[in-house]
Amino acid sequence: MFEKLSDRLDQAIRTLKGQGRITENNVSETMKEIRRALLDADVGFKIAKEFTEEVKTKALGQDVIKSVSPGQLLIKIMNEELTRLMGKEASPLALKPNGTSVVLMSGLQGSGKTTFTGKLALLLKSQGKKVLMVACDVYRPAAVDQLKILGEQIGVPVYAEPDQKNPVLIATQAVKQAKTEGYSVVLVDTAGRLAVDEAMMNEISEIHASIQPDQTLFVVDAMTGQDAVNTAAAFNQRLNFDGVVLTKMDGDARGGAALTISYTVGKPIKYVSTGEKLQALDVFHPDRMANRILGMGDVVSLVEKAQQQINAEEAARLQKKISKNQFDLQDFYEQIQQIKKMGNMKDLLGMIPGVGKAIKDMDFSDEMFKQTEAIIQSMTPLERREPEILNGSRRERIARGSGTKVQEINQLLKQFGEMKQMMRKMNGGMPGGAMGQAMGRMRSPFGRS
Amino acid sequence: MGFFDFLKGRKEKEALVQGLERTKEGFFSKIVRLVTGKTRIDDELLEELEEILLSADVGVATTIRIMKGLQSEIDRRKDLKPSDLQGLLRDRMLELLGEPELKNSHLDQTSSSTPRVVLVVGVNGVGKTTSIGKLAWRFKQAGQQVVMGAADTFRAAAVEQLLLWGERTGVRVVHQQSGSDPASVAFDTLRSAIASSAQVVLIDTAGRLHNKGHLMAELTKIRTVLNKAMPGAPHEVWLVLDASTGQNALEQARQFTAATSVTGLILTKLDGTAKGGVALGICSEFGIPIRFVGVGEGMEHLQVFDKEAFVEALLGGQASSGHANQA
Repeated sequence: MFEKLSDRLDQAIRTLKGQGRITENNVSETMKEIRRALLDADVGFKIAKEFTEEVKTKALGQDVIKSVSPGQLLIKIMNEELTRLMGKEASPLALKPNGTSVVLMSGLQGSGKTTFTGKLALLLKSQGKKVLMVACDVYRPAAVDQLKILGEQIGVPVYAEPDQKNPVLIATQAVKQAKTEGYSVVLVDTAGRLAVDEAMMNEISEIHASIQPDQTLFVVDAMTGQDAVNTAAAFNQRLNFDGVVLTKMDGDARGGAALTISYTVGKPIKYVSTGEKLQALDVFHPDRMANRILGMGDVVSLVEKAQQQINAEEAARLQKKISKNQFDLQDFYEQIQQIKKMGNMKDLLGMIPGVGKAIKDMDFSDEMFKQTEAIIQSMTPLERREPEILNGSRRERIARGSGTKVQEINQLLKQFGEMKQMMRKMNGGMPGGAMGQAMGRMRSPFGRS
Repeated sequence: MGFFDFLKGRKEKEALVQGLERTKEGFFSKIVRLVTGKTRIDDELLEELEEILLSADVGVATTIRIMKGLQSEIDRRKDLKPSDLQGLLRDRMLELLGEPELKNSHLDQTSSSTPRVVLVVGVNGVGKTTSIGKLAWRFKQAGQQVVMGAADTFRAAAVEQLLLWGERTGVRVVHQQSGSDPASVAFDTLRSAIASSAQVVLIDTAGRLHNKGHLMAELTKIRTVLNKAMPGAPHEVWLVLDASTGQNALEQARQFTAATSVTGLILTKLDGTAKGGVALGICSEFGIPIRFVGVGEGMEHLQVFDKEAFVEALLGGQASSGHANQA
């Protein structure tokens, strides 16, 4: 998601590379480029300025260690600064160990509060919590229906009062009922509102005062521009919220405003919403994100994600097969199913160092697997195990069966062969990573981009 | 009479000026404050001006473009005072906003073939459904027979949301159940509109992030299917942009244009953000005219974009007098 920003920083730093030491002269030009890159990425104007100044001061003050190039040193400093900028360390949702915890959502119209409420409910439910969602958006047509439908999809009850037009009363009543009925978490969804709308801001202050939430979250669109900082400040002044949620991070917004929000209001980013599926919710890790901005990839996240989704035994079995060079098309097919479970392919690949940039213009989606899946599905079990037996007539049959061309089958087989070789070389690496990197090279067999 | 003429009214401009008050406060009042007390245009002043543009989401590229224009003007005319900057800036902005209007879209032409079909697209949460509801109201007010198509079959309760707008505005909504093929809904809508001799068809679509190829391909399919139901349709594709969006709005404009040949923009939530700078960049870079701006919650707050009034309102103060009075 931050590929573009790291591109720009890469470019800026390139001018530094090959120079022996950091001087006022060579650093100034680079800093100018970095500042421009940050601005293009929607980093708040003042933050961008402050950031570049700080990096510059630190870079100049620093003794250049012989083994480290000025460029590397600058990356290190920026990495530290970016991490600081984004709130130092991850901070999960602070809920009460016992009793009913109340979480209040706030934000502008269209920031994604309702969808996030559904996602968070699903996450908490999967952690064994008894969750209630409360529909307090009495303004937008069908907003209550939206939450109800989400509730049905994930099996979480929704509290709504169709005839009640006062959201303060709805929230109060809902929390009261949740406590009586022994819910562990109550998620209160509210209407979107502008920070400059006095009446609406008063209303959410009232909701806040009457339900006294354990956690108040500010939900913000990652695409937001310079005004994000002002809006966040205004909501924070009213609600003194506990954390920020960044939504629509699966877009290609460079996300700079997001970086600065937590810095401006001094609140951590708690969650990152990364897709249309209700599972697409991640905990925010500023340190990893800083690495990512600097093009260093996010290996830790990837490993964690892979661990969550890929069955350990299955992985061990595959590992063994790969090492014995027995990895066949059936295994490949199963791997595709595993990866599809992991979520957005581009996000996953983007976490691999060096890959993010390479794939930034490519489109990855579950769709792209369709052709490959169709081809493999048109093969017999024997053919999948031993692709060597695929002669001309077999290939023609498969092409007919999968609605593809023989050339496309040839290409898949050729690249499968290459992938197999590569996997063998990388044997010992992590399952998701090896697969991911191999797939990064296999562009064409996945059909259109 | 052109398609939009009947939408324009005198009261609109007043409301627009009102709606943009905050934008003006945030943006140009800074410039006014900046130039007062200064006796000559110096680098410091220009740098501060640049800062104001950048922090108003105008973007680096467009800011540089504006500043270069100002600089050459300053170099040419040595007698310029700091107080002249505001006027110069207005001219530059009009220039940037003005280029796109050269490209006229089909809806402006007087045409006998009805209905005129408008496909409304955009990323998630920008206000597509709300804008369509308000547009339906406008067209109906103007005596047009309107049909809305609920082709957002993805988002939970999106169909219900449009149906409620249908009730509010008294405009018929063609819909299928949630999860059905959006292209099929679009096709049905258009066929039904033709059968009932409607004049305007507004098709709502699901919000989609512009970097998701398969979702963009779905839009292209909707286009194709509409064209099958009626050659030449859709006559307009309007991209809805959230005015609080930063530089990513440019990318949205780029990608949606590539997928659906966008013919116009609707800029929403302009009353919420203190800036409107992103509009300048989009107009100058893509040559797509801004059709409507959303400056408030009310039905009347979705307004026909008028670049003169827009810039005048942005410049504030004496601004609302000149052009608005002539209208």
